[in-house]
Formats: sequence, C-alpha cells, structure tokens
Amino acid sequence: MNRFYFWLTAAAMVMALGMTACVKRAPEDFQKNLQEKLIAAKPGEVIDLPEGKFHLDRSISLTVNGVTIRGKGMDKTVLSFAGQKTGAQGVLVKANDFVIEDVGIEDTAGDALTIQGGTNITVRRVRTEWTRGPNEANGPYGIYPVEVKNLLLEDSVAKGAADAGIYVGQSENVVIRRNRSEFNVDGYEIENSENVDAYDNVATHNAGGIGVFNLPNLPRQGGKHVRVFHNQMVDNNTPNFAPTSLGPIHYLPTGTGMYVMAIRDVEVFNNRIQNNNTVNIYIINYKTGVDEDSLRDTAASPITQQIFAPDDKRFYPFVQNVYLHDNEISGGGHSPDGRIKGVKMLADAVGGKLPDVLYDGVVDPAWGRKGKNSGQVCLQRNGAAGFLNFDVAGEMKHPVKDIKQYDCALSALEAVAIPQLPASATAGAN
Amino acid sequence: MRWLGRARAWWLLLAVLLADLVSIGCSRHTVQAHLEAPFPKRLSEWQLFTATSPRLTPNDRVVPYDLNTPLFSDYASKYRFVWMPAGTSADYRVDGPFEFPLGTVLAKTFTFRKDGSTDERLIETRLLVHAKSGWVALPYIWDDAQREATLQLVPDPVAIKFTDEAGKIHAFNYVIPNANECHECHDNQKVLLPIGPKARNLNKAYAYSSGSENQLEHWARVGYLRGLPEPESRPRIAEWTDLNASVAERARAYLDNNCAHCHQPGGQAGYTGVDFRWTQTDLAHMGLCKSPNSAGEVGALRYDVVPGHPEQSILIYRLESTAPKVSMPALGRDVVHVEGVRLLREWISSMSGSCGANSL
Repeated sequence: MNRFYFWLTAAAMVMALGMTACVKRAPEDFQKNLQEKLIAAKPGEVIDLPEGKFHLDRSISLTVNGVTIRGKGMDKTVLSFAGQKTGAQGVLVKANDFVIEDVGIEDTAGDALTIQGGTNITVRRVRTEWTRGPNEANGPYGIYPVEVKNLLLEDSVAKGAADAGIYVGQSENVVIRRNRSEFNVDGYEIENSENVDAYDNVATHNAGGIGVFNLPNLPRQGGKHVRVFHNQMVDNNTPNFAPTSLGPIHYLPTGTGMYVMAIRDVEVFNNRIQNNNTVNIYIINYKTGVDEDSLRDTAASPITQQIFAPDDKRFYPFVQNVYLHDNEISGGGHSPDGRIKGVKMLADAVGGKLPDVLYDGVVDPAWGRKGKNSGQVCLQRNGAAGFLNFDVAGEMKHPVKDIKQYDCALSALEAVAIPQLPASATAGAN
Repeated sequence: MRWLGRARAWWLLLAVLLADLVSIGCSRHTVQAHLEAPFPKRLSEWQLFTATSPRLTPNDRVVPYDLNTPLFSDYASKYRFVWMPAGTSADYRVDGPFEFPLGTVLAKTFTFRKDGSTDERLIETRLLVHAKSGWVALPYIWDDAQREATLQLVPDPVAIKFTDEAGKIHAFNYVIPNANECHECHDNQKVLLPIGPKARNLNKAYAYSSGSENQLEHWARVGYLRGLPEPESRPRIAEWTDLNASVAERARAYLDNNCAHCHQPGGQAGYTGVDFRWTQTDLAHMGLCKSPNSAGEVGALRYDVVPGHPEQSILIYRLESTAPKVSMPALGRDVVHVEGVRLLREWISSMSGSCGANSL
C-alpha cells in the first residue's frame, strides 16, 4: 500500500512537473523581459531565447543595430501571439546588421516578422505560421522585410499567411534560398525590388507559388534584375483565401505556379514548375494582372486620375526582358480558376484548359516593332511546356501558340552579392 | 597685521565655501539637465515639479503649454510642460516642430479620473529629452501613492475605470507604449522628433498664473523662442471642438494631430501615400477615393474616404475599431474616440462627388 502511494505521489509529481513544463510560461514576464532586453541591447549583443512555447499578447520590437536574436530551433523556441491584444505585427525590427535565427513565430494578429528598413539583415531558420491553417483572418505576411538592403533569407518556413508567406518588398541585394512556403495565398512575393536571387526554395500548396512584380504608388519604384532558379513551384492549388480587404492579392488565380508582372530583367531557370491548376507561369502587364473591376473604377474616375497621375509617372507597367530557360514545366492549367473573370474568359476561349506558359503579349508602343517579340520574352529548353500569347492588347484576336516565335536567348543576369555570403558561396552560375 | 590678514583670508575662504554650499542647495531645487545615458530612474531627480498633489506644480522656468488640437489618448487628461537650459532657446519653425536646444525637456503627464471621483490619478509622465545623441523618449510610471514616477522601459498596462461628466462609465486596459514604441509615432526619416510643439499648435492663449497670454508670445518673452514672426504670419490650426471653425478645418486639425505623425512623407505610414498634415490641402492626398495599399484590415471597403459616405470610408471603419489589425492609430488608442469620429463622419458626409466607375 505504502509503496502504491509512493508511486502514485511520484507519478503525480512527475505529471505536475510535466504540466508546468507544458503550460505556457507566465506571459507578461517573458514578454516584458524580452522587450526590456531588446531595448537595452548593445550593438554586437546576442539575445538568446530558451526552448519553450512563450505566449505574448503584444508586439515586440527592436531598434538597436547589430543585435542577434537566437532561439533553440524554429520548432523549439516558439513565440505564440495567439489572442494578441495590441500591435500590428508580432516582431518588428528597425535596425541594421540584424540576425534572427532558430525561432518560430505563431498566430500573430498581423504580420509575423516585419523588418522595416535596415542594411545587412539575416533571417535564418525562422518559422512563421498561423496554426489554424488557411484562413482569411490570418495575418497578411509571414516574413516581411521591406525597404532593406543586403538581405539573406534562408532555411525558413512560412505557413498560412493571408497574403504572402515570404515577402520581400522595396529592397535591394537580396538572396532568398532554401526556404519552404506553403498553405499561404502567395508563397513568395518579390515586389518593387532590385537585384534578387531566389533559389532552392519550395513553394507548394499555396494559391500562387512565386510572384515577381512591381506595383505603383509605392515609394520605391523600378524593381528589376531578379533571378529565380532551382526552385520548386509545385501543386499550388490551395484556394485563394485572401480577403478583399487585402486588395489585388484577392484576385490572384488559385493554381498559379509563378507570375511575372510589370518588371524587367527577370531570369527564370532550372526550376521545377508543375501541376499548378490555372497556369504554371503567367507573364503579364500590370493592367492584365490587377483586378479588372477595380482597374476600371480607378481608371475611369476623374478624381483618381487626378490623384494618381503624378504618382504613376514613375511606374512602368510593362513586362520586358524575361528569360525562361531550362525549366521542367509540366502538368499546368488543367482546371483554371473560374473565379477570376479574365482567366475564365481565356480558358473558355481555348477549350477549358490553359497551357503551361501564358503571356499577355502587351508591349510598350514606344518600343516599336523589334520583330514579333519586342517585349523580349524568351523561352528556351523548357521541355514540352505549352505556350500561349493571348494577345490582350488585340482583344485576343491574334493569339500566338507557336513557342518558336519566342525562342531567343538573353544574356545571363549576374549573381547577387551580399556581405553575408562570400562570393564563392553565391550559387547559380548559369 | 599679518595675523589679521591671514584671518581675513580664512574668513573669505569660509564665505566662498558657504556661498557655494548655498548655491549647491539652490541648484538642488532647479531642473537638472541630463544630456546622456544613464538617465535618472526617478522622475523626481529631474526636479521638474515642486509638488505632485493636488496637481503637478511646475518648478521655476518649467512652462506649461497646451495645443489647439491634441492627440486623443483614451480620454486621458494631459499636462504638458517645457524646460530649456538657462540662456538657451528654441528656433522658430513655421511648419515642423521648433528646433529645440540641447538639454530641452518636454514633459507630458497622463491622468485619468479616479473611479467614483473627479480627482485625478497620475498614470505616466513621458519625457522627451534633447540629449547629445538626439531626442530620447523616457516613460516614467507613477506609483500608487502618487509621489514618485519611475523609469520603465516596458511599462505594464494599467486598468482604468472612471465615470465621465456625462455619466458614462469608461473601463479598459490602458496600454502604455514602451520605449521602442515611442518611435512609432515620433520618428520621421528614422529620427525621433517632438510632434506637438509646432507653431500652429501652440498659437493660442494660455491661462498662465501671471494671466492669459498667447503661448508663442509667452515663449518668446521668457526667452524660450527665437525668431517669432509677426502675428499675421504665424500659422494656427483649428481647435477641433471650436464650433466657430468649419467642419473641414476642425476635421483636418484632428487628422493633423491624430494621424499625420505617421501619415506624412517620411513618417511610419509615409508608404501609404496618404498625407494628413494640415499643410496638405489637396484632398486627393488625404485618401479621397484612394484604394489602400497597406496590409491593414479594411473590411469589404474600397476607399479611404468616399465622399458623402462615412460608412463606406476606411478612415471611419478603422477609427471605430479597437481590434489590433484594424484600429488606427495603431498605437496609443484602446477605446474609440466617439466625438472625434463624429466630427470626421460629419466632414465626410459634407463632401460631394463619388468614387465609382459611373462618374465618367
């Protein structure tokens, strides 16, 4: 009997201990301590986060240069913001020479990790996730560096974002490699950015895999020089769950492997782009990509014209110098997203299914006629990928199916150099 | 003679020492400038106030001031003071905040009514100090005894409950921004700056203990302001509650002081392309028929401001919310400012035109 009670007590104690370990740590203390450390940090300091799941209900932020935040692993050190009360994001960083690694950030009200401004930024083995899976109330972005210079974003995982799992905007000198982005609306977005290498990434089970584009009315314009290589953009067929409030992303066709919009100097090679139900690769002018209704509204309104005319002067809506080569492209376009009016019209016109590569054929009239391909969209060695220039400018009257008309080569773009990676480590020589 | 001379010398020395002691004693009662870290842990070390009860009593040369239209802060009462080192003064600026001298202290104290009383409870005093490294934000949190406030870089939220003049009960968790969050509103081009003390905000009469006087003139008279132009060239923003001003003027004054610190070029929300500064006169840049390009949650609404339709305007939607992804301003507002929203609704209702496609 005594022995029985002994074991019972021992078991109870073990259980109690176990529960203490499992129960979320006293929230305010961890949150407050961490925030205090981040405020008091000195350049060069490493802030070590212990293993465990920590509950936070408020944004935490860092503004000191040269700080490293280091956890014990993206699944071992978890900052959970479930039920967040204040702040537009989970972790907000505005500092140079910043490193964050081996941390998971879950269930933030808004974006999970925002890095705003700053030079020499490294994000390594970070996981951002909305644990309930795709949901329109999830935060828009997982990993969200904007207006940064020299960015290394690697070995990270992003899940469940209502816009993009991994986003890089208005930045320059960027390497995005070996990441996995899934169950987001967009896997990766490279927006208004210059000199970007994205390689060895996986984009799967998003609504769209990788987007490379420019948008108007953002302070930094003229994004260009983007290389996308050795990536997998496969099975991005999760229904688009972006709420209308997030704008144009709501109209991203479910089943888009990759899209290239309103940008020049893009090289896409050695990727596997397969089984994306609307289209494997979509190459388009801004006006083709943005929702027709809102486009019509804004284009027609005299007030809007007045508002945006000055801002739009910097924006160039055409796509130009896109070189797609040596990709494995197959199995796309089997069931195009009928929710999008333009996609439905196009699919209906060509018999319900869409080819692997779609190009809207819109060129700047100012270019004149450099043969039939003045936009310099070049495709070579992409296996048996089907192609269609659906001639948006000509109201689809002169579609071009013959891929040979686009069989041309462009010079290879240079690899991106950032201080975080020695030149020899920069992958992707052609 | 010789002895006498010596004695006189000793007396002289003693007198000098005494005078020193007296002056040291005096200096303990004047404001103490701190130009670099570490900054005092206790507010009292700054010597800004000679008493904290029944009200904050400013020390010598600590000048109270007020703004024509203040930032809404959860219905807190706010008491503002400025101090500058002797012999220094701010340089007048027509648009932005004045150029304040090194050592300047701007102190803003937040109070709420005590539950069941009209007495006030001191919650926090935020100092903006012009230190050698630039402006520094220091939040001091008052103790329950209301005798001392201590520097807390990450203050805890405070439970607030009080009944206002109209009998309405306000109960909420008042979130005090941490030292980093100060930057959210105060940074422009990554430089922390004061927001309130601009010519247009200060251009109003204040009831000083010496009598009523225009604040700008008072600052100039006591030596705190250089380069004040003639009265007719001093800008003045409307008081948002002044029924003699037009609705548009009042609304724009409200937007200037509640939104423009972020929504202006170089501000935190400069990227949205919306500019709510008083000096911005083009409604087009204040969100009229403009689609949002930020990631905030905006319901099913399309434009920031839809003329004649406050209920369709994202501006109103976000001011009427307290949800983290929706509410604006993103920081420092835990309850809805009913009266402020009413004014902006009235302003939008008074606008004519439409944003739709049919307007072509």
